[in-house]
Amino acid sequence: MTAVLTRVGLALGLPVVLVAVWWFASAGSTDFFFPPLRTIVEVFGPTWFGERLVDDVLPSLGRLAAGYAAALVLGVGLGVLIGSNRWVRAVTEPVLEFLRAIPPPVLVPVLMLVAGIGNGMKILVIISGCVWPILLNTVAGVRAVDGVLEDTCRTYRIRGTLRWRHLVLRSASPQIVTGARQALSVGIILMVISEMFAASSGLGFTVIQFKDGFQIPEMWSGVILLGLLGVLLSMLFRVVEHQVLSWYHGSRTAQKER
Amino acid sequence: MNALLGLAGLLGFGLLLEVAPRVGLVPERYFPPTSTILGELAGQVGERAFWVAVGDTVLTWLLGLAIAVALGVVVGVAIGSVPLVRAATSSTIEFLRPIPSVALIPLVVVLHGSTITSTLILVVYAAFWQVLVQVLHGVADIDPVARDTARSYRLDRWARVRYLTWPTALPYVVTGVRLAATVALILTITGELVIGSPGLGQLIATARQSGAVPAMYALIVVTGVFGVLANVVTRAAERRALHWHPSMRAEVPA
Repeated sequence: MTAVLTRVGLALGLPVVLVAVWWFASAGSTDFFFPPLRTIVEVFGPTWFGERLVDDVLPSLGRLAAGYAAALVLGVGLGVLIGSNRWVRAVTEPVLEFLRAIPPPVLVPVLMLVAGIGNGMKILVIISGCVWPILLNTVAGVRAVDGVLEDTCRTYRIRGTLRWRHLVLRSASPQIVTGARQALSVGIILMVISEMFAASSGLGFTVIQFKDGFQIPEMWSGVILLGLLGVLLSMLFRVVEHQVLSWYHGSRTAQKER
Repeated sequence: MNALLGLAGLLGFGLLLEVAPRVGLVPERYFPPTSTILGELAGQVGERAFWVAVGDTVLTWLLGLAIAVALGVVVGVAIGSVPLVRAATSSTIEFLRPIPSVALIPLVVVLHGSTITSTLILVVYAAFWQVLVQVLHGVADIDPVARDTARSYRLDRWARVRYLTWPTALPYVVTGVRLAATVALILTITGELVIGSPGLGQLIATARQSGAVPAMYALIVVTGVFGVLANVVTRAAERRALHWHPSMRAEVPA
């Protein structure tokens, strides 16, 4: 019991202290740019849980989900293809390394040119940024398939779909998940950036509008909301990862204990 | 052999992008052929403004990376060496880390305007967590036998950091620096693009507004080259620090 209490205390202690410090330090603040936390919290609800939830927050998240899902399918698909053939890998590697090295936000202006400023552009931006970490990690994962397992599969004449599912994808999955995690943070960045550039709705757009209108408490609430979304999505990711990779974490702990 | 194949791949890619607009597969207005882009690039390289922008970008990038790495290592070793502090801060770190740094853009703009300082804050914020988390992992990875040995020999705190913690954490630090270098570059360009602080990103934004499509592509190629450089340099450093690690020995070049 004490152990649980200690852990809860350790987990909550510092955050509570920090928020309290912010709350009291800013309580009497007259600085225009640093409004009291109380004011920010007060405007948070009315700002985000009215029409904006439907008009701005959900469309943003929808675009993120669509782009991320497409990048996942595309990245894993191409990654498996490229990773399982030494020749294809050698030919495409420098091109992929180059494309991956381009900072994704610079694609926003290009894709705006091609696809306008609608939903399509934003989803394309998210795909074009998210696909590289997934793709390259899949390639690396497929490449590093355990030799003994591969020979075992061959000996048992496990081929085709079975082999892909149980050997290739399975052994690459820890790497794929790593790529997917990197892609998620890139995706959030691109979701916000694409809306800051050109949009009439969305989280990034709204926050920039508050900034331009000098609605400072609202802007702070937007910054906090973006932060909370980032945290929430990464927690969600961890839950999914735990499900998908439970076998892997299990085998790792078993190896360590041995 | 692999290098040749890779070169062929690059050439083929360039050729594809040259031919596709020429034969009308994609509109030439939006996708200028490779030769036009490279010609534009050659033109840019001859201009002073280009090199000033490159200088600004590199300065922001390296300065931000250096600050983030220094902070990350110091804070990481300090937090990681004391179990109680580590336990007390872990929830806070887990909370602050996934906050997307672009969320800070409006904040830094109202506070610092379109200056390098604004972009630098974004860069440091984003890159710091990459380093910090790796350092924390590294410090936690200390071999218990080595730790007990150090204790038996009564190494003082500083000697333990120097001869026990640091060598254990080094591979993690290098990984952290590699990740941070990429993130720092992305945030540098993003800051310049969105905030308008001087640098390559700002040139891209200007090129877009004035409809100079080939110039835009040429500048994007430059940012890509920087990204590749960051990868190559940090990976070479990683290979030196991690040459014993199985991941570096997995594939013997055929």
